[in-house]
Amino acid sequence: MLRVKPRYATVSPPAGRQEGGGWSKCPRCGEIRLDGELEKFLKVCPKCGYHYRLGARERLQITLDEGSFCEWDGDMEPVNPFGCPAYAEKLALAQKESGLREAVITGEGEICGHRVAVAAMDSRFIMGSMGVVVGEKITRALERAAEKRLPLVVFCASGGARMQEGVFSLMQMAKTCAAVNAFAREGLLYISVLTDPTTGGVSASFAFLGDIILAEPGALIGFAGPRVIEQTIRQKLPEGFQRAEFLRQHGMIDEVVPRSQLKPVLARILALHAGEARV
Amino acid sequence: MNYDFEQPILELEERIAALESFAREKEIDLSQEINHLKARAEELKKKIYSQLSPWQKLLIARHPARPNLRDYVSLLFTDFFELHGDRCAGDDPAVLGGIARFRNRPVTVIGHLKGHDTRENLACNFGMAHPEGYRKALRLMRQAEKFCRPVITFIDTPGAYPGIGAEERGQACAIARCLAGMLELKTPVISVILGEGGSGGALAFAAADRILMQEHAIFSVISPEAYASILWQDPARGREAAEKMKITAQDLLAYRLIDEVIPEPLGGAHRNAGEAARLLGEALERHLNEVTGLPIRELLARRQERFRRLSPRVFL
Ligand SMILES: [Zn+2]
Repeated sequence: MLRVKPRYATVSPPAGRQEGGGWSKCPRCGEIRLDGELEKFLKVCPKCGYHYRLGARERLQITLDEGSFCEWDGDMEPVNPFGCPAYAEKLALAQKESGLREAVITGEGEICGHRVAVAAMDSRFIMGSMGVVVGEKITRALERAAEKRLPLVVFCASGGARMQEGVFSLMQMAKTCAAVNAFAREGLLYISVLTDPTTGGVSASFAFLGDIILAEPGALIGFAGPRVIEQTIRQKLPEGFQRAEFLRQHGMIDEVVPRSQLKPVLARILALHAGEARV
Repeated sequence: MNYDFEQPILELEERIAALESFAREKEIDLSQEINHLKARAEELKKKIYSQLSPWQKLLIARHPARPNLRDYVSLLFTDFFELHGDRCAGDDPAVLGGIARFRNRPVTVIGHLKGHDTRENLACNFGMAHPEGYRKALRLMRQAEKFCRPVITFIDTPGAYPGIGAEERGQACAIARCLAGMLELKTPVISVILGEGGSGGALAFAAADRILMQEHAIFSVISPEAYASILWQDPARGREAAEKMKITAQDLLAYRLIDEVIPEPLGGAHRNAGEAARLLGEALERHLNEVTGLPIRELLARRQERFRRLSPRVFL
């Protein structure tokens, strides 16, 4: 059998397996890696630093101290306010594919020994969009964190409001903002970590109301999506536009923190806020 | 400018006009027949305008002659004095704000401004605000709080502007802060959706004690065209999306997402701006009297509660 050696690739994908079936190719530098290998690097390409998107469970796993996590409202199911059959199907499929009930997981755990409330969104679940249940879980996390007098860390990953839930989803922006206000009145710390992507109704509500706002390198962050902007202004967007580094440069976030540094940075900030909060 | 669904009315009106001129010319009395036709036209209008589909309402909501905020400012308020700028970077012409008197009571007025024609629309960016607009709005709200004036916001926008400058200057952050600030404003706030209330850029002015909507206004999470484009990859299916999305004042009232539907003159506000303003003013005064009577603590608690109750419990 004649084998033609590819001219440029240094690693070939395992024979007979499609991308996703155990291996993946870095979207930035093209480097091919086996899944297990990528996990060792927290899903950051060791060659070019590209940050792959993380699921909510992976996020909690790499952020929280082992065995410290206790989930809140884990049994909450999505709602379908207008009883749309296509949406019901979409929800069922998203649940099946992600193994999640909704686009956010909330709960409490420890980061280097610091007790925190935490929320992690998952962009694999209908683009991490915020409908009634995502809004409710974020709101409850803020309320319960206030009750327990815990700081809150939210990992945002969302394309915006969940369109299928109409104005009910839009109103979650106001609901979560009100909850952040109430949490802030308690003098407690809220750290918002913007990951790829954070746009629309999530960026324009609780995501941008953190006392401290961090972002992962290369994360897409903005209000409007880049495609909408391109269609509106009919020109190509500049390189790096709406990326974390761009927002940092324009004064919109406090710092861009590589994934490997995120846990120690969070721990340091939490330590600086330890002790009884001003009430 | 007229729409297809208005065609039967137009035809009837044309016949009436023809008969009237014929009667004048020939000096004959056709008043009985003319009055009969006029009554029929009135009936037809009532029938057509009370059964508008969401898409037809959207067309009326976007009608270029529909009264805009500047029209209502001159019809509803006296002593209006416009205030400019966000004290940070600029002044956004898509957001009109100022102080005025409403039936002898000083108020702060803030809202999106749309134009009636292309020239006006270019000047106010079709009512699509930049971050400066949301920051100006928040500044004026805080000023109103200081002087214990009620705030009345008017919503009429396809959405916040999706552009390079808007993103560079923090559109998302500006909207979030406007929303959060409005929710804890220690003065009464009433919002009126005048035409099109599109997405977060509209909601930014709607975190209020009362949300009122004009009869043919719409309020949506995203424009039906964009909904169709994202979900079905086909922006041409906007009409179909509009029917699914529950965007009319009547639907939103049924879901208790808004507090009241303000009637419009027959055929829509653009047929009689004066009458539209009278009906709007009547509702505004009633709600203002109610909210200004409440102690501030109570008012704030109720404002939080109105958004807090939008939870899964509502659907169980
Ligand atoms: Zn790479």
